[in-house]
Amino acid sequence: MDAVSVRDLHVRRGKTEVFTALDLDIPRGQITGLLGPSGCGKTTLMRAIVGVQKIADGTVTVLGEPGGSRALRRRVAYDTQAASVYGDLTIQQNLRYFARLVGARHSDVDRVIEQVGLADQRDQTIDSLSGGQESRVSLAVAMLGAPELLVLDEPTVGLDPLLRAELWEVFRGLADAGATLIVSSHVMDEALRCDRLVLMRAGRIIADTTPDVLLADTGTTDPDAAFLALIERDARQQARGRDQADGSQASADAAEPHPLTRREAREQAEHPHSPAPERPPVAPSSDGESAP
Amino acid sequence: MNGMLTLATAGRVLRQLSHDPRSIVLMLVAPSLLVGLFAWLFSDQEGVFDQFGGPILALFPFIVMFLITSITTLRERRSGTLERLMTTPIAKADFILGYGLAFGLMATLQAVITVTFAVWVCGLEVEGPLWQLGLVAVVDAILGTALGLLASAFARTEFQAVQFMPLIVFPQIILGGLFMPREDMPEALYQISKVLPLSYAIDTINAVTAGDEGWDVFGPLLVVVAFAVGALILASLTLRRRTA
Repeated sequence: MDAVSVRDLHVRRGKTEVFTALDLDIPRGQITGLLGPSGCGKTTLMRAIVGVQKIADGTVTVLGEPGGSRALRRRVAYDTQAASVYGDLTIQQNLRYFARLVGARHSDVDRVIEQVGLADQRDQTIDSLSGGQESRVSLAVAMLGAPELLVLDEPTVGLDPLLRAELWEVFRGLADAGATLIVSSHVMDEALRCDRLVLMRAGRIIADTTPDVLLADTGTTDPDAAFLALIERDARQQARGRDQADGSQASADAAEPHPLTRREAREQAEHPHSPAPERPPVAPSSDGESAP
Repeated sequence: MNGMLTLATAGRVLRQLSHDPRSIVLMLVAPSLLVGLFAWLFSDQEGVFDQFGGPILALFPFIVMFLITSITTLRERRSGTLERLMTTPIAKADFILGYGLAFGLMATLQAVITVTFAVWVCGLEVEGPLWQLGLVAVVDAILGTALGLLASAFARTEFQAVQFMPLIVFPQIILGGLFMPREDMPEALYQISKVLPLSYAIDTINAVTAGDEGWDVFGPLLVVVAFAVGALILASLTLRRRTA
């Protein structure tokens, strides 16, 4: 079963339709990168998954339960884009409060402070920290307890490359321990660290792929170029779709099987007769048709 | 609802306050200074402070707590922490009661200090027992907290929240019976004053200063409590897990 399954999601904010019939599946135990230009709906999708977004229609199923239901509030952790911690409390006081809310052990506070590398600042108030440190505290809150799904909205924004690398090690460790991570970013080089990539543009999913397939598919070596190529391709398709009937290619991606991640492909190669893989061994580009 | 989470939230709010000593001093001392100013103003006119001093004691905690609560909870809505809380197991009632408890405690300290100052330093004369005066001040402060929580739901910015004060607080002061006995008001205004909680707070204070007992004191006080509970319930109903 997938960690997250979104079906026919409609979201309206004010008069604008953010999503019209969005479908998406996010598998368990992996890091899924959510990428796209700002304003494309990444945050709205994350809010819908954690259950704080008002939705007009459609379903969001998270870990087998309706998104945002009471049973999920211990199993799902959310880190908002702006650091959502109390500025007038110390790092430790913030984490102790949230630990009590999610029922995490006291010792967990020390663990997450170590993991985000703020042990020396634990008694400083958030207001006295730099922006990068503040967002690391906010990230630490999401790592309290043992959430099965972590939804992290741009957790590494504004951090130096060394810290980013360290945090991605932490994310990898969480995924290896069985957690599912959804991480949004607009730093494209982070895309290569994900198992799976979901690229969004203007409220639609334009690709649900893996880093390798993305690069191969677009014939580029760097993620920035690959992403731009996809955006351009999508823009052309949109223009063509408008010329013809109202395009139905808008989001056929969720219906398509996921391409395999490197690890899945390797495991399948090693154990070709192991329990039936849900997905075909060849990795089709979820993008269906290629550019003209 | 979970009592532990209510207490954790109240503790967190107080801990936040403890990092802001200037606010604590203002909260605890400002009402006393204003009561002192009032007493000084009427120092040459026999009996005037005794008439107005009591109701003033009911007003300050109400106004101060209304402002503090509406602004702090609004800050929580805007900083994203409320959204994060809504994804955790905390119930809406835990959140509202946590705030109510923390500020209620501060209100109690404030009431004790202000009543003590009014009676011992300013020489306010009260026929009834002093603890009743303190009790009314505490209940008024809780009413202010409750209305402040409710008002913050309708404000999108701190600027709007502050504007709610004249809108919600001033009419209650004007119609509450402080400037004119409510019975002497034009009929329409008298009817309006009957649905404003502060009118009952001032009735209670007047009953205590006049030395009334029993139902004359606790009847109107219960009405104030009912208003506060109603505002708290409404406040937790206006709190939404899902927002647009």
